[in-house]
Amino acid sequence: MQETSVHSVTLNRELCKGCINCIKRCPTEAIRVRDGKAAIISERCVDCGECIRICPHHAKRAVSDPLDVLKQYKYKIALPPPSLYAQFNNLDEPDVVLAGLLRLGFDNVFEVSRAAELVSEATRRFLQTSDMPRPIISSACPAVTRLICVRFPQLMDHILPLIAPIELAARLAKDEAVKKTGLPREQIGCIFLTPCPAKVSAIRSPMGSKHSDVDAAVAVKDVYPPLLSAMKQVGQVEYLSLSGRIGLGWGESGGEAAALMTTERYLAADGIENVIRVLSDLEDEKYHDLDFVELNACSGGCVGGVLQVENPYIAKAKMKHLRRTMPVSRNHLTDDAAEQVAWDDELNYNPVLELGGTRAERFERYAKMEQITAMLPGLDCGSCGAPTCAALAEDVVRGQADVNDCTVLMRRRMEAVLRALGRDE
Amino acid sequence: MADDAIRLHYTVPGDDFTRAGEASADLKSRLKKLGLPPTAIRKVSIALYEGEINLAIHAHGGDIDVEITDDEVRMTLSDDGPGIPDISLAMSEGWSTAPDEVRSLGFGAGMGLPNMKKYSDEFDIQSAVGVGTTVKMAVRTT
Repeated sequence: MQETSVHSVTLNRELCKGCINCIKRCPTEAIRVRDGKAAIISERCVDCGECIRICPHHAKRAVSDPLDVLKQYKYKIALPPPSLYAQFNNLDEPDVVLAGLLRLGFDNVFEVSRAAELVSEATRRFLQTSDMPRPIISSACPAVTRLICVRFPQLMDHILPLIAPIELAARLAKDEAVKKTGLPREQIGCIFLTPCPAKVSAIRSPMGSKHSDVDAAVAVKDVYPPLLSAMKQVGQVEYLSLSGRIGLGWGESGGEAAALMTTERYLAADGIENVIRVLSDLEDEKYHDLDFVELNACSGGCVGGVLQVENPYIAKAKMKHLRRTMPVSRNHLTDDAAEQVAWDDELNYNPVLELGGTRAERFERYAKMEQITAMLPGLDCGSCGAPTCAALAEDVVRGQADVNDCTVLMRRRMEAVLRALGRDE
Repeated sequence: MADDAIRLHYTVPGDDFTRAGEASADLKSRLKKLGLPPTAIRKVSIALYEGEINLAIHAHGGDIDVEITDDEVRMTLSDDGPGIPDISLAMSEGWSTAPDEVRSLGFGAGMGLPNMKKYSDEFDIQSAVGVGTTVKMAVRTT
């Protein structure tokens, strides 16, 4: 990975105008405008990419690897996600995309959709054998998993403890490549073509597994132009794709849940705000009789990733076309793969939204926060740099802002001073 | 310690299901800020949500007073609705007087009061027909 930061979402300070679009949109209130520029509170960020979507000045961006990263490895394997196939016009089979990737300089491809079919099978087994509390919540969208660890700790023990298809794809691809080439593992590069920043971050700091076998992540939007030209040069198309309908289905919201087949008691929600509403209701046990919950931070699922090229709804239509003649599933779980699917690490609650300190201190801070909130105008205008008046009050209590940052309050004070001066005259 | 208690007041409008749940959601986010144990927050939130729904369905609205102290969250739900003629019957699981249109929304399954009792550590209900109902619940946070 190029940069050492845990997060993929970063700010270009020069482009930032210090407007309030991103602070209002962030689902974990992780952004403030300070000294005229946005600043991301790293511990709160879940890399959902909402700020990238909303920023009118393109100051927010997702850091991923350039395609040049290929040069660092002797044997390069592309890991294309199923949603990639839905980015192209007039495509009848995924094979030409895979052939294009080989022309781009990759030595091999391993479709993430293949691993997805294995994870589907492992999930089916898990649902049958595990006594984990229901509903089980999918762990495939890393932005959702991170969001749960920040905002919904009570639901952490519902998260499916299986690695994501990307990770499994990388492990299997690397094992295969070691056998085939005899090269040491570190000379084999697994390069994921990523639809979103959350997956870049999940590679840098994995959740549920101690390390990642994915070596780099190139944004779909960056690989798209050269890939498109490479695809045009593909002559005779070989049968390269080894995926079925289930694997491709993972590229959009509802695909993972539908692939369970053994239960219809599932729910699939997409779009960060809908996800938050569902999580909040799950926390209150408002839904009964659910076995599985699939949540995707992006609208439409991975086809809606902020690093994609195509409109997510058109991509969904294209996906349907691609899947029409495919067999249901072409990959089946071997005992070897089954062992690799389970998590080998635990999730950690990240209590960044708590006021901090001992219980007595938290009560004290809370009381102060309420006092300050009562003083503030309650307009939630964002001019102070915090998304809401309550957030400013909280920042003040945390010692990170001053109540005079409130422009409305300042104006009132100024007006009072002017009135007082007027009386003196 | 009672003097340092955090006090909150909510008004639940009658017959408006889109707003029932606002109080428990607000309280939940405050308890999270206070860093109280997740299990306690969950209990408070479930018990209060059931209470809110009851206030909206049966009592045509009511009031909620919350007191957060060092070791517990105390909730008092009061209304001047029709009252409950037979409390022990009302407390039995699955017993419901909710009208069909409420049931069609997925509410009124007759688990409201039983769940309120189940998820609180202390539970008390007083009711008089034609006068109203007061429910007191407490969840320990230590």
